[in-house]
This record gives sequence, C-alpha cells and structure tokens, in this order.
Amino acid sequence: MSQSTVQLSPEMLLEGRSISKSFGGIKVLHGIDIELRAGEVHALLGENGAGKSTLCKILCGFERPDAGELISAGSALCLRDWDPRKAERRGIVMIHQEFNLAEQLSIAENIFLGRELRRGPFLDYRTMTREAGAYLRSLNCELDPGTRVSELSVADRQMVEIARTRVGNVRVLVLDEPTAVLTGAESEVLYELIRKLAREGVAVVFISHKLDEIQRLADRVSILRDGNLVGNFAIGDLNREDMVRHMVGRDIDSLFPPVRPLPDDFVKVLEVRELQVRDAPEAVGFDLRQGEVLGFFGLVGSGRSSLLETVTGLREPPVGSRGRITLNGREVDIPDPRSARDLGISYLTKDRAGRGLLLDQNLRMNFSLYALSRFAGALIRAKEEASAFKQAIDEFEIRCPSLEISAGKLSGGNQQKLLLAKFLAAEPRVLIVDEPTRGIDIGTRSQIYLLLDSLAQSGTTIILISSDITEIIGMCHRVAVMYRGSLAGTLDREEFSEREIMRYATGLKSRTGNSQMKQ
Amino acid sequence: MERHLKSAGPFIALLALVLAGALINDAFLSAGNLVNILARSSFIGIIAIGATFVISGGGIDLSVGAMAAFISGCMILLMNFLLGFTDSVPLIIAGALLASLGIGAAAGLINGLLTTKARIEAFIVTLGTMGIYRSLVTWLADGGALTLNFTVGDLYSEVYYGRLLGLPYPVWIFLATATSGYVLLNHTVFGRHCLAVGSNDKVARYSAINVDRVRTTTFVLQGICVSIATIIYVPRLGSASGQTGILWELEAIAAVIIGGTMLRGGHGRIWGTVAGALILTLIGNILNLTDAVSNYLNGAVQGIIVIVAVLLQRGVWSSRP
Repeated sequence: MSQSTVQLSPEMLLEGRSISKSFGGIKVLHGIDIELRAGEVHALLGENGAGKSTLCKILCGFERPDAGELISAGSALCLRDWDPRKAERRGIVMIHQEFNLAEQLSIAENIFLGRELRRGPFLDYRTMTREAGAYLRSLNCELDPGTRVSELSVADRQMVEIARTRVGNVRVLVLDEPTAVLTGAESEVLYELIRKLAREGVAVVFISHKLDEIQRLADRVSILRDGNLVGNFAIGDLNREDMVRHMVGRDIDSLFPPVRPLPDDFVKVLEVRELQVRDAPEAVGFDLRQGEVLGFFGLVGSGRSSLLETVTGLREPPVGSRGRITLNGREVDIPDPRSARDLGISYLTKDRAGRGLLLDQNLRMNFSLYALSRFAGALIRAKEEASAFKQAIDEFEIRCPSLEISAGKLSGGNQQKLLLAKFLAAEPRVLIVDEPTRGIDIGTRSQIYLLLDSLAQSGTTIILISSDITEIIGMCHRVAVMYRGSLAGTLDREEFSEREIMRYATGLKSRTGNSQMKQ
Repeated sequence: MERHLKSAGPFIALLALVLAGALINDAFLSAGNLVNILARSSFIGIIAIGATFVISGGGIDLSVGAMAAFISGCMILLMNFLLGFTDSVPLIIAGALLASLGIGAAAGLINGLLTTKARIEAFIVTLGTMGIYRSLVTWLADGGALTLNFTVGDLYSEVYYGRLLGLPYPVWIFLATATSGYVLLNHTVFGRHCLAVGSNDKVARYSAINVDRVRTTTFVLQGICVSIATIIYVPRLGSASGQTGILWELEAIAAVIIGGTMLRGGHGRIWGTVAGALILTLIGNILNLTDAVSNYLNGAVQGIIVIVAVLLQRGVWSSRP
C-alpha cells in the first residue's frame, strides 16, 4: 500500500524546512527538513536527546523554532505566535508521552474538557456522552464514555487521549513514543488504529525505539542524530542494522557484553524465604549468588516489582509475615528503604518521573539525595558533593545543556543515567534495577548494559527486572519467572530460550509444588 | 543569571520600600525608627522562619497565631504561680522559658503526628488546633486578659527593651534564628530532605528518606519558633488574651511567600522570608509616616504585595525551558 501512495505523491499536509532550535545556547536541532504526506506513517528514530521530541513539539506548536519555516496547505505559517491551539485548528495534534487527563472526571468529560457543550447555562451531558461514544467507536474502542479515567488502564487512557483530538478533524497526528507504556497486545490495537487513520488520509508521525515496530508500521523513517537529520528513507530501503548504524553513527557489534561464567563455588549473598507480598497468592523465596545477574521476568502485573519492593522495605508485607531475609549469612530485618540502603541493597524504581527523580530540582540535588550521608557530617560538605556530582556526570555520560537545569528537562535516557548515578553513589552490594531500559534508545541501552556488566565484574550482585526477553537472555546468569504473583520457576543460562521462558511466564509451565527456588 | 536576578526580588523590593520611606519622611531613616521596625518584625519574622520549613516541606501551619497566644497565657500563669514558691525572679523566668519551649515543641509534634500518622491534611489539622489553642487561652483568661505580675514583669521586660551593641535583644534573637534556619535548610541533610519531601514525597521515600519524620520535624521546628517569638513577645505587653496573636499565621505565611518560598513546597528561602517579614512591617510603618494613603489600608497594601510577589515568582520557576 505504501508504495502506491508514494508513487501517487499524496498531498503534502505539513512540511518543515531548515528547522533549528536552541535551548539555553545549546543547539538541539540543526536545520531539519521533514515532509508529512496524507496517508503516510512517518517514524522518527534517534537516540535520546537526538531532538525527536523537540521536533514534534515544534510541529505541533508546543515550541517555536529559532529558524526555518513550516508550510501547511501550500502556505508558510507565521511562527512568531505558533502555538498548540493554532496547530490544532489546522488539524495538527500531538499525543504526549505523559498523558494529560483529569483522573477524577469521566471519559466524556475529559474528551470535552475546555470545550464543554452547553444547553443554556447548563452542561449538556447527554450530547457530550453520545458524541464521546461516537469518537471512541470511530477508534474501534468500546469504552463506556461515563467511566472515570482513574479506573482505566494505560492503554485505555491513551485511547481517550487520541479520542480527545476529535478524530474527524485531525490531519496530522503526532505520537511521542506511544507504545513505550503498552503491553504487546495493547500495542497491536494501537498499530491497527494507526493503520486505519492512515487509510483515512491522516499523516501519522510517531517516535519509537522499537525497530521491529517501525518496520511493521512505518512508510518512511527520518533518523536524527545529535540534532541533525541523518536521512529520510523509505522503509523498504533500510534494514535494522542500517537503522542502528544511522542512529548511533557506528556499528554496534553486539548490544550485550558477553555473560561471564560464574565460579562453581559461588557464595550466596542474599537468601529470601517465605516472604509474603501483600495481595500475592503465596509466600515466595529466592537466592542470589555473588556477582551474578539474576533476571526477574514476567508479564506486566506478574508481581515482580511488588516482590522486590517488599524485600527492600518499600512495601509493607501483610501483618506478621515479613519472612526471613539473610544477607551474607546473617539474618537481617529490612523494615524500611533506609535499612535496605544501609545494608547495601538498593532498588531503582521503573517509575523514573514519579518515584525516581525530583523533576523540579536540579541535577546535583537529585544525584546526592540517596547517598547524602556520604557527603555530610553535621553539615553537607558542598565541595565534596559538587566534585562527586561532576565526576558522575562525566562517568555516566549524562548529556545536559547546563548543569543548572532541573532533572525534568533531561531526556529519558539521561534521566535513567542520572537515576543510576544517584543509587550507585551509595555503592550498593546488591543492586536491583527495575526496567532500566524501558523507553530508552539503543545507544544508551548498550551503555547501561556495559555498566551493569562492569558492576557485576567488580562484585556487585544484580537483580534485573525486565519485560524485554532479549534483554533477560542477553544479560542474565539465571532468570526467575513470575506468574500472577508466584514464582513459576527459575532457569539457568543453559536452559534459556525465549519459548521456554514464555511458557513459565504465561502459566503453561511451573516448577511444581514449591515456590522456593532450587539451591 | 536570570534566576539569580529574580531570587533577589524580595531584597530589591525591600530596598525600594526603604528608599520610598526615606523620600516620604525624614524621620524614617532615624535610628529610632529603623530599630523599631527591626524589633517589630522579629515576632512575625521568627514564626515565619519556622513556617519556611513547614511550607518548603509541603505542609502548612495555620495554628501559629493561636499557639502563640496559648503559650503566652501558659507562661504568664506559670510565672505568677511560681512566684508563690520562690523569690528568685531569674529562676522563675528561666522556668517559664523552658516551659514555653516544651509547649511549643509539643504543640508542633501534635500537628506533625496528626498530619503524618493520622494522614489528615495539614490544612485541616492546623485549622483544628488553631481553634483549640485559641479557645483554650480565652478559657484560661476567663474571657479577659492574663496579666504578668509586676515584680517578674519588671525584670523580664529587659528581654524586650534591653539592648546589645545598640540593637534590642529581639533583633539579635531574630538574626540568630534566621542564621540557624539558613544553615539548617541549606547546609544539612535534614534541610535537603525537607526540600525533597516538599518536592515529591514518593521520590523522597524511594530515596530512603523517612518522610513522616522529616514532615513531623518541620512542625516541631515551627512550634519551637513560635515559642521563641512568644518569649520575646510576652515582656512587651506583659499580658495575654484571646486577642493575642490574631492573624499572625497569615502574616507569617505572607512573609514566607513574599520571600520567594513556593507554597507548593520543594523550595525554601530563609533570607527571603526575613526580607518578607521586614517588608510587611515597613508597609505599616511607611503608611504611618505619610498622609497619602490611609493607615487603614495597611492590609490592602500587604495583600497587593503578596499577590505581586507570587506573580513575579511564577517567572522564576516557570516550566518554560
């Protein structure tokens, strides 16, 4: 289908010419050209900080370019007062990564937020509900418009966000990493919707880090690197290797460093026994060996984060069932996150923005918050803190226009690196990382894998919670697979295969009779 | 750069008011008037330093005015009572000071524990304790006023009227409290944790910070600051009633906001708060010295200043890159 539309040279809906943008003296976009045509799905690919989000924001009026022009319907737009409302009037809308919904209001109320229909002085709920229902149905979505948004899944919220754009009027739909927060099945629904909109003549732009998704969905790909346009390609002209090479500017031989064999006389660092997690069906136990990377795999909601948050004192177990935790042969009590930290066990949340970083504070404060006592007696030793911070910025290659910006202004990958720096400042002996590469570009991912590998080599023991099975297979010595709150089984590296792990994760198979791991 | 310029806002405003005062009336710059302004600012100023901690930690304390009245009443009753047992006035005063600090810390602890352990909004908790302390002092005074015995009052008044290096003691105490507050908020682990909790308490918890303890401590600090303010307030009038400390909570919060601390937490400015307290007193003082605006409009001018301060602040931490 894409070939024929390209040949017919479909109508140009929006064109950007030589778009440049700087933040605080740092140029983040260098003269980007982009053409968005009716019925085309256009993927934007690039590492974190390459400028994809900024470009999208400029297209949709959330930022104004410093130079360059936007051309819509054959005429150049006035960019001096370019804003989201003007963009929306031209049918150009953006779905942000973070949704912008009023949780306590219904779907219909959210769809009509700020443009409520009235009958006389009163709100016309009946019409709003009916029309909201129609919007949802046009997206093949069967949600009841009266449902409160707080009760919806992430995928459903995304549908509401899309429905809110008044599907019928949209000409250019820009999606910022729409599938980063979705499960596989939910993503399929979204793909279907994107194809449908494209068939109806909408130009769809989406940012993604998933190469397979881009290959399946996109007609064209624009690849950005460090704010430059590397190229604009028809999807058929690129394979995945090409995409990575263009994006990173070098070949990645292998994303994962080789997994070193563990010595046979391994030492058990951590033993967890009979730990009851709130709302889990049964108590769980597992062991951790010195210097290993233990994966925790499972489907979303299988209870991996809850289990490890309970281990590290972030989550209260049900009364009177704390279980037994032995660290280096000594039984320990971990009632709160502080005790975990002081014992050398650190948990890095997957919720970077909500639980990981103080988005409105500067980078230095974020960096030193977790291990602050390292830099403080009665008073904080500011010089020591500042030099450790500068060192971390270099060591973790955190890219930022200025050291004074707040953490919320960093790109996702750089936020993740800052989060790692923050927790590693406490020099934990057991590091638990939860989805450390979710929504992160390949370059940064490979950097994180190398970092985890070098930590493991220097004796840090790592638990890697991940929903990315290639990551689990590429990084781990063993994997513990969870299914509905229970440990379905533990597999050694020799037993690793995608199919086998998935069979445990979907409940088709389990090591019967106990939830305790062998060894 | 821009950021530094904007955080200087309260001090620029303070300077502008001083210039305005000097232009309006020659008497303004007299040593007597300036010292008077500093001394009068110290009550609200000291309370506002405590409020800076509570607010930057994400809370609010509406009970401080009532708490001040209650502590005043308790101190006076205690001193009058102790006079029946000992003739040593310094001992009596020392006892009252200790009791004052104890009551202040305890009252703060109650506010803090109700907020953190009982999980009630700080606004509601302190609205409740405000009513309680206010009516307790009215009850203790039996609807009238509690008056300090003259023998004690004579010596104790030294605390308000006495001077060191030409400045009254309250000014020194204000300065000492502000300096300690500045160090505590900006250079200690507790201060950093306080800002983290006010910025996002979930992130703070995941960063191994004991959120409840930090929050409770901010309320205890507030109680201690109220107690210190009361200690220098009681000798000024030597009496307390149900009308003591009325609306102090709002003046304290206004001083904090004018000073550049944000009501939503996460950012605190101790010296800004000091400037805020001085600005509030200056407005009243200048209106007294001029006929251009009626003194009755004092509250209106203060209100305008608070609103303008918030409008300017929005520029400082606005989300524009």
